[in-house]
Amino acid sequence: MAEHYKPVKYKAWEMSLEERFQEVFPPLTEREAVLEANRCLYCYDAPCMVACPTHIDIPTFIRKISTGNVTGSARTIMEANLMGASCARVCPVQELCEGACVLEHDEKPIMIGRLQRYAMDYADEKKIKFFNKGKSLGKKVAVVGAGPAGLTCAGELAKMGFDVTCYERKMWPGGLSTYGIVVFREPVEVARAEAKKIEDLGVTMKTGVTIGEDIQFDQLLKDNDAVFISIGLGSVPNMDIAGEDLEGVVDGLEFIEETKVKPLTDIKYGNRICVIGAGNTAIDCATIARRLGSERVTMIYRRSEAEMPAYHFEYQFALGEGVSFSFLTQPVEVLGRDGKVDGLKCVRMDLAEPDESGRRVAVPVPNSEFVVPCDMVIKAIGQLKHTPFIAKLGEYGIKTVKGYIAVDAKTNRTAHEKIFAGGDCVRSKGEASTVMATQDGKIAARAIYEQLAGKPIPVGTLKRTTDMTIDPTMAKGCAIHDHKQRVHVTAGTK
Amino acid sequence: MADLSINFNGIKSPNPFWLASAPPSNSGYQVQKAFEAGWGGAVWKTVGAPVMNVCNRYGTIDYKGRKIIGLNNVELISDRPLEVNLKEMAETKRNFPNHAVIASVMVESQKEAWQEIIKRIEQTGVDGFELNFGCPHGMSERGMGSAMGQVPEYTCMVTEWVMEVATKPVIVKLTPNVTDIVHPARAAVKAKASAISLINTINSIMGVDLDTFEIKPNVGGKGGHGGYAGPAVKPIALHLLSSVASDQEVRKSGIPISGMGGIETWQDAVEFMLLGSTSVQVCTAVMHFGFRIVEDLIDGLSNWMDERGFKQCTDFIGKSLPRISSFGDFDLGFQSVARIDHSKCIQCNLCFIACNDTAHQCIDLKDMKLTNEVAERLWPIVREEDCVGCALCSSVCPVDDCIGMVEIDTGRPHITWNQLIKEKPEVLAWDKMVEYREKNHIHIH
Repeated sequence: MAEHYKPVKYKAWEMSLEERFQEVFPPLTEREAVLEANRCLYCYDAPCMVACPTHIDIPTFIRKISTGNVTGSARTIMEANLMGASCARVCPVQELCEGACVLEHDEKPIMIGRLQRYAMDYADEKKIKFFNKGKSLGKKVAVVGAGPAGLTCAGELAKMGFDVTCYERKMWPGGLSTYGIVVFREPVEVARAEAKKIEDLGVTMKTGVTIGEDIQFDQLLKDNDAVFISIGLGSVPNMDIAGEDLEGVVDGLEFIEETKVKPLTDIKYGNRICVIGAGNTAIDCATIARRLGSERVTMIYRRSEAEMPAYHFEYQFALGEGVSFSFLTQPVEVLGRDGKVDGLKCVRMDLAEPDESGRRVAVPVPNSEFVVPCDMVIKAIGQLKHTPFIAKLGEYGIKTVKGYIAVDAKTNRTAHEKIFAGGDCVRSKGEASTVMATQDGKIAARAIYEQLAGKPIPVGTLKRTTDMTIDPTMAKGCAIHDHKQRVHVTAGTK
Repeated sequence: MADLSINFNGIKSPNPFWLASAPPSNSGYQVQKAFEAGWGGAVWKTVGAPVMNVCNRYGTIDYKGRKIIGLNNVELISDRPLEVNLKEMAETKRNFPNHAVIASVMVESQKEAWQEIIKRIEQTGVDGFELNFGCPHGMSERGMGSAMGQVPEYTCMVTEWVMEVATKPVIVKLTPNVTDIVHPARAAVKAKASAISLINTINSIMGVDLDTFEIKPNVGGKGGHGGYAGPAVKPIALHLLSSVASDQEVRKSGIPISGMGGIETWQDAVEFMLLGSTSVQVCTAVMHFGFRIVEDLIDGLSNWMDERGFKQCTDFIGKSLPRISSFGDFDLGFQSVARIDHSKCIQCNLCFIACNDTAHQCIDLKDMKLTNEVAERLWPIVREEDCVGCALCSSVCPVDDCIGMVEIDTGRPHITWNQLIKEKPEVLAWDKMVEYREKNHIHIH
């Protein structure tokens, strides 16, 4: 999230633990929001809107803030994106809407994310309900996994009149919004309130239910007219190095989850922590550790700054939080004493020629081993896929790409007619994100309607006016391409 | 450095910047403080008939987060006793002998009343008078202010009464709340006034509260018209100024004009002076920011004059007046078209939608491949042969110098409407007009 306009005053040593875990960006005041909204040029066919994977009508929602129609603003957002409150907080806006803003170069982009949050917070505070369950179509859909993709699909289907049941393994719905996004980016209450809105649309939420254990997938498929799978990804994989089982070696996602569900004072953390990895989750772990009170947090990454997968603004944020980075460093062994972590043995790396992915390969420097003293090692080197579950889906003819569920980009349908999928479990290429998952949910909901109702969605079902998501040419993956092909030729042409 | 001093038909001032007759010039304390800040003159807040004020007195128009693009008021003339004002005028003039102190006056429409107050004020040593024939609220209902200024005969009559007794210059202040301001201006000339000032405030209601349905400004649950001023009224003031300044009778009299209405910066002031103002008066801007803005008014004007080699204000006062014309004398052969500088264009496409929805549909969005970006946005392109040269696209473009209006030679005859209908009166029929256009390759889509 952009740090422009209002500098964040953060002095950890002057703040209580509670204060350190408040949202990093304070909410905009009404005056700030209106001033910022007034800066928006209200572009025609705006690039921010094209860049948003869910195609929120950004100029319209911003204009509505400027005119004092904040209720209407929130509605405009929600019509395109039921996860508007989460996306406002977690979207990599520099890469998407704000990055596309025409004021990016000469001035500074509009704070689209924070304006969206302003509108969503407003609607939340006023407890405004925008949508209702549609007139029953007499069709049932099961959604497996209640993260952003699943919730969106469920919500959109409920609006259209489907009877939807969401099955969630965890205690609460919301997926990574609830459990995986650091509290100071998105408070757990926001994620839960968002899920509650989906329930309020008449979606049955069954939490603490694991498909394949509590209910068999076969049964789901039999009982429903369609199934949407949005199971996300699993835990962090092993590093396959010695000492990984020592006390003090933890899964990064579990570490983040603790800060979401436990009182902050109950969370165990080391005083000298090594975080393995340099993705956005790794940054989250490192910054959480610093905010909990860990004095020395070092990120260990085998390649250099240029290759690190974390967004640049996240990297900048971590630097500001006092996190150190040890680039070109590969862990080779976790050292322990009395069964507990005592240090991390690493080797220096050099960068060689790029591999087929285009990233330069890191190779160890001979005899360069050294030990980083530490009492905790947090692994954040990606996420495992739910391989057994996906393998089981193979029985229904479902294909995979690199272990991810393969879907058709325009419908999010799998190779099985009744089974659709979306979210991180299908993201075989591109960045896994809340907003992409949300769009998957929308696309699948539309495709399910069209398949089960046997007709295109009537205009106005998903949105009152022109919802870009019901324009097939604007479907995911095609938006930018098709946009380029379009030529507006005026009526006046002779 | 340029000489900013002016001689306004006998009223001398170290610079052309005067406080307008209004709350900022309500007292000796304020006027002297303003003079210390650098103001060259002040028209004292109108003295005259006894009044009682109300509150709230001000309402504003704010725009896109900026406060006071327009300000209206229902405050009356000075509510301080006449003696107090006269004492402070005298004191101010004593302390600032080289500054212009002008008394604004308004009393009931009786010859004795006017003549008596003029004589009393003259004893204070003020440099001149301004007759308030413009106040549109409160006083007008009592037959004063704009009730005078809206009837040229009354304007003439009262001015004549004053001229009989005044030994100092007399400025007649005009109201904009008339159909044609030239008539009261001519009335002032006829009565041998020493100068004219304009504009007073414009009748207005500032708004309605959407929660309470109250009128803005709200006076105990009620509201009514008040005088509108501030940056928003400047174009109206410039038009009325130019009408008066270019009127033959006014010109022939040779009397100076003091211009006002929305002046906030030295640039605004220069525009008023280019259209014929010898002095300029300011109120709303000082009400918004205080007397200190005069430093930049003086500095900016002085630098502008130095850059252009103007030694004194008279070098440029009225310099744009010869360009004031009327539609019938415009060149029908002057043709401009919009040109978009794509190196500056940020692709907001506001020009496209403005032209397409509300003008003449001559901008297309096209794939130009001007960059290497995979997802290059469409670019707005002007179809010059269809462009009517309305300048709307250029007006909405948020980037400086991105859309220029470029003069082109289309071979159209350089003729004015007045010349055309004199030479070819038949074009007043549509078929002949079409014929004329075709003959001259004037193509309208």
